[in-house]
Amino acid sequence: MGEKLDRNQLIWLSAMGLLIFFGLWTLAAWVELAPRKFLPLPWEVVERGLGLVTKPFSGQTLQGHLGASIERYLRGFVLAALIGVPLGLLMGWYRLLDHIVTPLFDSLRFIAPIAWVPFAALWFGTGIGGPTMIIFAGAFPPCLINAYRGARFVEKKYIEAAQVYGASGPRVVYEVLLPASLPSIIAGLRIGAGAGWQSLIGAELIAANTGIGLMMVRGQGALDTSIVMVGMIAVGVFGLIVDVALRGVESWVNRKQGR
Amino acid sequence: MKARRDPVRPIIGLATMLALVGFWLVGSKVGLIDPQSFPSPDQFWAAAKQLTIGDGYADGRIHSHVLQSLKLICLGFFTATAVGVPLGLWMGWSRKAEALINPIFLLIRPIPALAWIPLAIVWLGLGDAAKVMILWFAAFVPSVINSFTGVRNIERPIIEASAMLGARGWNLIKDVIVPGALPSIFTGLRLSLQGCLTALVAAELLGALLGMGKVLYQAGLDIYPAMILAGMVPVALVGFALTALIDWVERRSMPWRANH
Repeated sequence: MGEKLDRNQLIWLSAMGLLIFFGLWTLAAWVELAPRKFLPLPWEVVERGLGLVTKPFSGQTLQGHLGASIERYLRGFVLAALIGVPLGLLMGWYRLLDHIVTPLFDSLRFIAPIAWVPFAALWFGTGIGGPTMIIFAGAFPPCLINAYRGARFVEKKYIEAAQVYGASGPRVVYEVLLPASLPSIIAGLRIGAGAGWQSLIGAELIAANTGIGLMMVRGQGALDTSIVMVGMIAVGVFGLIVDVALRGVESWVNRKQGR
Repeated sequence: MKARRDPVRPIIGLATMLALVGFWLVGSKVGLIDPQSFPSPDQFWAAAKQLTIGDGYADGRIHSHVLQSLKLICLGFFTATAVGVPLGLWMGWSRKAEALINPIFLLIRPIPALAWIPLAIVWLGLGDAAKVMILWFAAFVPSVINSFTGVRNIERPIIEASAMLGARGWNLIKDVIVPGALPSIFTGLRLSLQGCLTALVAAELLGALLGMGKVLYQAGLDIYPAMILAGMVPVALVGFALTALIDWVERRSMPWRANH
C-alpha cells in the first residue's frame, strides 16, 4: 500500500482531480458536444440555482420545494424510527412477537420501497401522505433490523444481572437492551435516513404535487437541464448534511459508551 | 435476520400468515376491506391470471416484463461493477489515486441513484440507454466505496509479509489484495444489486415500454388495485432471487469462511 502523502501532495492532487472534472465538463459544454440546454456550463447551473431562490418554478422557489420535501421526509422518517426501533427491541426480548413479526417482515422486505408508490398514491394521495408512506417503507427496515440485532447481541450477563435484581420484561427492554444496543440503533437510523431520503426523491419524481423531486421532473419535462442539475445538487447537499449529522451522533454515542 | 432456533417458530409463523390470509378472505367478503383500495382475493387471482397466462397487461405478459427488467439490471450491474470494483481497489492501494479521484467521487456519492433519473431521461430519453445510465450510478457508488475500504482494512503485516516472500505486481493483487478485500467487495456488490433493483423500478415507473415498473405504472394509472398487487409480486420475487444468487456466489468464492 502506498505511503501516506504529505499535505502539499494531497492538496495538489485533489485540486488536480477537481480541475480535471470541471475542466472536462466546461470543455464539453463549451465546444457544444451536446446543445447548451442539454449540457449547460457549470456556472450556468450555479446561476440558475441562485435564480430559483427568488424566482419560483412550478409554483415554488427552490427553498419552497426543498422545504416541502424536508417536511415529508421528517414525517416519514420519524414515524419509521418511532415504530421500527421499539418494535425491534421488543422483538429482541419477547419471542412470541419475534415469531409473529419476522415472517411478515421477511416476506415484505424484498419489495423495493419504490414499488409501493402506486398503492401509496391510491391510499394516501400525492400530497403529504403518499410520499410519506414511501419514505416510511424505505427507512423502516433498517431501523427495525438494527434495533433487533442490537437487542439480540446484548451480552447475556447484563440481562441476567438485571433479572437477578428483579427487573421485569419492560424494564429489561428499556433499561438494559435499549442502552446496550444504542450504537446499533443509531447505525440503523443513519442507514434508514439515507434510504428514506432516496425513496422520497423517487416518490416525488413519480407522484407528488410539490417538492424537489417534482421540480426536477418539471425541469426534465421542459428540457431545462440546469434545473435538473440544481435539483441533484440540492438533494445531494441535504442528504450529506443529514448523514454527517447522524455520523456525529454515532461517534458521540460510541465515545460515551467507551467503544 | 438470523432465525432463533425454536420448534414453535415455524408453527406460529404459519399461523400468522394463515390468519392474515383468512382476514383478507373474510374481510373482502363482508366489506371490511374496500376493494377500491385493496383487491379481494378473486380480483387478485383474476389479475394474476391475466398477467401470467392471459392477454398480459401493459403490453406484455409477465415473462417479457421480468426479462426486460433483468436484462437491464444485468447490463447496469456488470458495467458499473466492472469499473467500480477495480477503481475502488486501485484507490485503496494507491494514496495518489485516492487523492486524485476521491474529490470527484465525493461530488457524485451523496446524489442518490434515483436523482439521476431526470437527467438520464433528458439526455437519453425513455429507452434502455437511460435506464442503464441510472443503474450504472446505482451500482457504481457502493462497489467503489466497499472495494476501497476492503483494501484499506487488510492488515498491513499481511501485505508486508507477502511482499517479503516475493509477491509483487499481479501476484500480490491476485493472491493477497483481492482475497483480502473480497468480503467487503461482496458487501458492495450486494448493495449495488439492491440499488439496481430499486432504481430500475423507479425508472420504469417514470416511463418505459416494458418492465416490472411499467406494470405498476400502468396499474396505478388505470386505478386497478388488483394489478398493482399482482405487479408487486414479481418485484419481491426478483429481489429475493437476486439476493439468494449473490449469497450463493459469495459462499462459493470464499470457501475459507465457514459462514459469514
